[in-house]
Amino acid sequence: MTSEVVAYERHSAAPVIAPVRPRKLAKVPFVELAEGRLQGVVSSGSDVERVYVSSITAAEHGLSCNTNNNRPCGGLGGGSRPCNHLKALVEAAVAQYGMERVARYLKVEPPAGEPDLWPALRPAAAPQRAAEVFSSFLRHLAYLEVPPSTDPLPDLQWFPATGREAR
Amino acid sequence: MLTDVLQARPAGLDDVLALVDGLDDALVHGLARLDDTRAAALEAVAAAFGGSPLAGRAADAIGKIVAGTVTDEHLAALAGCRVALLGAAHDALLAGLDAAAGRVREPYRAATGTAEPSPLAAGSRSWLRELAIAGWRGVDHELAAGGAQTVQALLAQPSQRRLAVLLDGFSAELRAAAPVATMPRVPVRRWADLWTRALVLSQEGLPAEPSAPVGGRLLILGADLHEHPTAFRCQVHGLLETGGAVRLVRTSVAAAKVDTISGPSAWRMLAAFPVLLGALAEHRCVEVSGMRLTAGGDLVWDEGAAVAVAGESADPFTTARVLLAGAVASSPAPLDRHPAAIAEPVLLEAGGFDTATGRLPAAGPLTAELVASATACLGLLRFDGGGWAVQPLGVQATVRKKQLAVHTGDWALGPTDAKAAKAEEAAGGAVEVLRERAGRLLRK
Ligand SMILES: [Zn+2]
Repeated sequence: MTSEVVAYERHSAAPVIAPVRPRKLAKVPFVELAEGRLQGVVSSGSDVERVYVSSITAAEHGLSCNTNNNRPCGGLGGGSRPCNHLKALVEAAVAQYGMERVARYLKVEPPAGEPDLWPALRPAAAPQRAAEVFSSFLRHLAYLEVPPSTDPLPDLQWFPATGREAR
Repeated sequence: MLTDVLQARPAGLDDVLALVDGLDDALVHGLARLDDTRAAALEAVAAAFGGSPLAGRAADAIGKIVAGTVTDEHLAALAGCRVALLGAAHDALLAGLDAAAGRVREPYRAATGTAEPSPLAAGSRSWLRELAIAGWRGVDHELAAGGAQTVQALLAQPSQRRLAVLLDGFSAELRAAAPVATMPRVPVRRWADLWTRALVLSQEGLPAEPSAPVGGRLLILGADLHEHPTAFRCQVHGLLETGGAVRLVRTSVAAAKVDTISGPSAWRMLAAFPVLLGALAEHRCVEVSGMRLTAGGDLVWDEGAAVAVAGESADPFTTARVLLAGAVASSPAPLDRHPAAIAEPVLLEAGGFDTATGRLPAAGPLTAELVASATACLGLLRFDGGGWAVQPLGVQATVRKKQLAVHTGDWALGPTDAKAAKAEEAAGGAVEVLRERAGRLLRK
């Protein structure tokens, strides 16, 4: 083992999650790499009350896209070609996490410098997961409603805010 | 001098850390898969407690774990051993620091009562037990997500915020790393720390933290910012002039957030604390009255019990030069003692000091470049990864022949730099977009 790995292993504040990059949220308010899927929520272009819930499974690249009321997306014909919502979802994920992390999660290796992930994917149809993904989005939004706290929270010493280290 | 103690190592420290490493390695592969080496490492931990009040429980619990029986009670004893080892390391390190810095520290006032138990703690213990049995290398997507329900329930109870925030940050890391078996390296010490702290907080009958009301003038030294995907916290270190004495205190304001709200925009989530944020951004001192000060030195911030002193500015460097050396510090609660929890305010002048730039937040204007050109630095002395380092909270520097003072909390009311303010405006839209979505979708 290298000394660098040893130092990382014996460090209480060892960084694990790279901070996400800022991105515009209006079109794709929610993206996550979770439960073995790249999944998220895409705003409808025409109806503010409606959102599309889209996902791609990590290894099989199974696509699904439905409205929050469980209607199948008309743009996802047959399931092997992405609709515009899935395209927007992948674009947002790459903006948020970087190409490398998204590609690793989906277990693909796009050529270096390739800005588009789709040529590396082998899409197939997948069972829909709209209910799970949508409730994950609601849990995400619910954080904004949790009241602030003035408790001393000593364990947060393990979670330093970062982002301005020397480059 | 401070620099001498920073090079000296307390006697026995390396032995204690070696025992901790052995315990931590057992958690990497899981308590269900202890080979002879890892079983011997756990037995060495039990042996270290021979003759101590923990001797019987440690030997019994570790013997049972090695034999293949992993119950909540055994795990609580194992976590207790780890807390005691690192607590001893903490005490030795802090004693050396106090001697070198001439810092006076009050002993901890023992608690008389116990904290209110939560029925949700059982859910937390059961997830933590599954993790310990599987080991970090055995964490897959499903096990990583196994704590989610407990976290959601804990977040809904203000009295359980500490455990909720800790478990949430920990489980987010496990989810991001899953399946951990394919990770090139595992944060061994860190995850054992987080697991231990969460398990201890999930026990019943924990001592309550004593506190008493105080009043006086709070002079800010600096702001230490903490963040994980769903939390942002500003912890202010300062000096409280009260009843003729000067006390070193901390005060904390924390908000829930989501990962896409980060950098300077995270301050927007703390808008409920205009007096504290204003005092930070404008370098003002604050009169407080009837606020509670815990035995561990935490001033429990109450926005309604604080008034910024109009017209009176307080430069943190002046505060530190005049008052820091004579300030009285507090001792942390026994269960909170850990080398990585040490964060002692220090003032470094005349250059030649080692600073760590791994904890510089994107939410503030302090950069590694500014730190490198500093002529004076206010920071927190920390011990991690086997050594001491200073985390800067503020610097005085000469940039293009101009004297500057820059602090991590300078942007508490928004960036003061035009370019950063514009970027924050764009990124801050995230907060509004998500609030609009929440308003439309959550109340259906
Ligand atoms: Zn679609």
